[in-house]
Parts: sequence; C-alpha cells; structure tokens
Amino acid sequence: MYLLAIDWIFIIEKLVLIAAIVTLSMVVAMYATYGERKVAAFIQDRIGPNRAGPFGLLQPLADGGKLFFKEEIIPLASSKFLFILGPLLAMVTALLTSAVIPWGASMNIGNRTVPLQVADVNIGILYVFGVVSLGVYGIMLGGWASNNKFSLLAAIRGASQMVSYELAMGLSLIAVLMLTGSLQMSVIVGEQYNAVWNIAYQPIGFIIFFICALAETNRTPFDLPEAENELNFGYHQEYSSMKLGFYLFAEYINMFISGVIMATLYFGGYDIPFVNEASLAQHIGENWVALLTFLTLMVKALFFVFVFMWIRWTIPRFRFDQLMHLGWKRLIPLALLNMVITAVVILWLKK
Amino acid sequence: MNITQLLFWLLTVIAIGSALMIVTSKNPVYSVLGLIVTFFAISGHYILMNAQFLAIVNIIVYAGAIMVLFLFVIMLMNLSRATETLKNKWLQIVGAIAGSCLFLVLIAALKNTEIKKNLVEMGTGDIGLVKSLGRELFTTFVVPFEISSVLFLSAMIGAVVIGKKE
Repeated sequence: MYLLAIDWIFIIEKLVLIAAIVTLSMVVAMYATYGERKVAAFIQDRIGPNRAGPFGLLQPLADGGKLFFKEEIIPLASSKFLFILGPLLAMVTALLTSAVIPWGASMNIGNRTVPLQVADVNIGILYVFGVVSLGVYGIMLGGWASNNKFSLLAAIRGASQMVSYELAMGLSLIAVLMLTGSLQMSVIVGEQYNAVWNIAYQPIGFIIFFICALAETNRTPFDLPEAENELNFGYHQEYSSMKLGFYLFAEYINMFISGVIMATLYFGGYDIPFVNEASLAQHIGENWVALLTFLTLMVKALFFVFVFMWIRWTIPRFRFDQLMHLGWKRLIPLALLNMVITAVVILWLKK
Repeated sequence: MNITQLLFWLLTVIAIGSALMIVTSKNPVYSVLGLIVTFFAISGHYILMNAQFLAIVNIIVYAGAIMVLFLFVIMLMNLSRATETLKNKWLQIVGAIAGSCLFLVLIAALKNTEIKKNLVEMGTGDIGLVKSLGRELFTTFVVPFEISSVLFLSAMIGAVVIGKKE
C-alpha cells in the first residue's frame, strides 16, 4: 500500500507499536504507585491500600480521578506558559526514551516481520542519553516558573545532581559499549542473546549505572529536589491537580524505563535465561516466543522497579554535599578505572 | 514536494523562527528556550543528512548540558526582570554592521560548495555514522584530535586553579 510514496502499512505498524508502548508505560507507572505503597506497607509492617476494589487494586484509578478533579491553581506571579511547560516536558521526556528499546523478539504477522522496537537507530543508547539529559528541563522550568524560593532551590539541586551523575553514567556505559562494539540497542541485546549476559563482565559498571539511575530518576537516597524537611515540597510545591500528578507520574515512568534499560544493557534484554529461543520457536511458533521474550523483559524491569522501592523505604537520603562528593570523587574515578581495565583486558584478549 | 523536502523546510522555518526569538524576546529564560529549540532544529537537519552521531551529540552537549548551565545562571541571578538599560545607539549600529558582515562572509563561503546540491541524504552516505566518524578521527585526524583534547584538559585545570580559594 503505497500512497504519496509512503509505505502506509509501515506507518500503521509503527503507530500501533508506539501506542502500545506508551499505554504500557502509563499502566505500569499507574500500578507502580500502588506497588510503591504496598511495598512501603510491607516493609513498615502495615497493610497498605486495601479499600478501593479487591486488594485495593482500583486505588490508582481513584488517585487519578482525584487528581483530575482537584482545583487547578496557577500562581499569579508566575510565568503561565513556563508553569504549564514544566510538567509537560517532564512527561514527554519520560515517555520518549522508550522509542529505541527492543521490547522482544520480532513477530511475524501476515508474512511481514514486525520487530518489537519503534526505531532501531544507529546511535541507540546515545539517543537515550540525549533524552535523559533533557529531563532536567521539566524540573528546572517548573521550579523556576513557580516563583517560589523553595521551588527554585529544589530545581537547582535537581539540575546539578542530574548533570553530575550523567557523567559517571556515561563512563560506566562506555565499558559496555567496548564489549559490544556498537551503540545500537538491538546489537547490544543480540550479543547477549543465548550467550553470557553483560553483568558477568561488568559487575562494577552495573553498580555505578544503577546508582546513577537512582540519582537520575530522583529516587531516595538521591531525592533531594523534593526533600520535604528542608524544602517543604520541592520543585512541585506550587503545583496542584493533574499538573502535580504528571510530575509524580513522570518519576514512575522514568523508574520503569530505567529498569528496562538496565535489563537491556546488563541482563540480556528480552533473552529468556537457559532457554534456546530458536528451538522453542519451532515448537510453539514465532509469535508466542516474541510474547514470552517480552514478558521476560517485563519481569526483569519490574524487578528493578521493586529494588528501587525497596531502597526508598530502607535508606535515608544523603546530605547534598555528600551526594556531590559521592558523584564526583567516588563514582567518576571508579567508572574511569573500570573503563580503563575493561579496555586493557579487551586489547589483551584480542591480541 | 516529497516528504524529505517538506521536513527540510519545516526544520528551516523552526530554526530561523526560534533563532529570531532568542534575539527579540525580553525575558532571558525565553531566549534560552529559543536557543534549545534552534539546537533541535539543527539536529533535525543533521539527521536529514544522515549524520546521526553529530545530531545526538549536538543535543546531549549543547541542549542537555550547556544550556542547563545557562539556565542555571539566569535563574540564580534572577535576570528575568528587564532592568537592562538601552545600549548606546552607535554601539547598536556597529553591532548590526558587524553581524551583517559575518553573515555575508558565511554566505559567500558556502555559495559554491557542494552543500547546495546535497540538502538531504536519505539512507545514503555513512560518513556521519559512528563507525566512519571514529575511524577518521583516530586515524587521519588523530593529531588535531589529541591536541584539542589536551586543550580541553588545560582549560579544565585552568578553571579549577582560578576557581580555587587561596
């Protein structure tokens, strides 16, 4: 079906995929709020939300409905355009990252191979970095446009924290890229597919990446932009209604996406452990294998989301100077060392 | 007009429009936002020429890091209030002339290059991809590349030395 020199089936296929991924991220983020409260309750020996629906499963819907119907307040002295742009940017950048992630083995629909990946671009992981580095604008603009000193302080904290931890994150990633020899996400997964996962070669790199992911998503122990005992409520203090909801929601989407990226980079992506997918495909068909691989990726990602929550309800937050100290004086040298050692070992083995 | 041409003109309009916004807007925060949009439009142009690496590095370094620092300074100093007095009239005229001279030189330099014929490259030309770019940088241009990295290092050390208290 070609019209105006455009392959429309291709466009429809991608649109369906994008819609599915965005919906998936939203639903996972929604239930992550429920999961967060249940995990918190479990750790603190409580029951957690259990009134709305069976086991409180309708709680996220009730929360969303509440947020939508609350009164929307825009402070008089703030810049209205920037005030609305803040949560919008936070949400958009949170969702954009999912475009280059391979979500599963390719499907076969009507003699057409459909890869479960929106765009397999040459720069793959760098695209993720580009989008993550833009995530800081949501916090900065929101905090500044609120015209409130606490919000501004929180925004500046958030920005400096995210810029500092991006460096260590990139350095720890270079080691993985040296192992793979490509930036393409599909190649990074393909190298680990039915082989040894990258975590076996890069345990230190993974730990650095994980710590930086915590800092990038503003989760405890790095949630200084919203440290309520110092800054009231942080950068979203002046926000109400769904605009506040979008900020909180974007954090959960970021958490989920960073879980997926960690699984993709270090834990084999959609590779089912101890199973040879090619021989499985001959038994149950290609599409079922694609579904199974997708579910595997989800299990890995949700495990990381759980670890994020576990950390939040276990560890108190850092002081800001401790955070900067850890980022610049501990993680960056460690990541550099890890990079150099990896490079030396690779060169030595290849000789 | 096919889709690449459409994209090219769209990106061009966005780039020029937001570049004008940088100069004309009264509030410096809007100027910074305009500059970010300009970087995005230029990155779009790079992608049309299949220079993916350049495009994404432009976004990571300029839109993601340097503009954050710009915004940082503007927010901390609270420059949003239009307190700046009007500059000298002669200074404005001189500035306009200098700017137009630069513009003229750039146009003259680019007039006869092959860029004019090759506005877009779709799926062809892998010079902008990571592999070929890296190979060029670390073989043909390795000396200038290393010299520029030493330059960056010295700039960094200089900043630390100047910034350090006695």
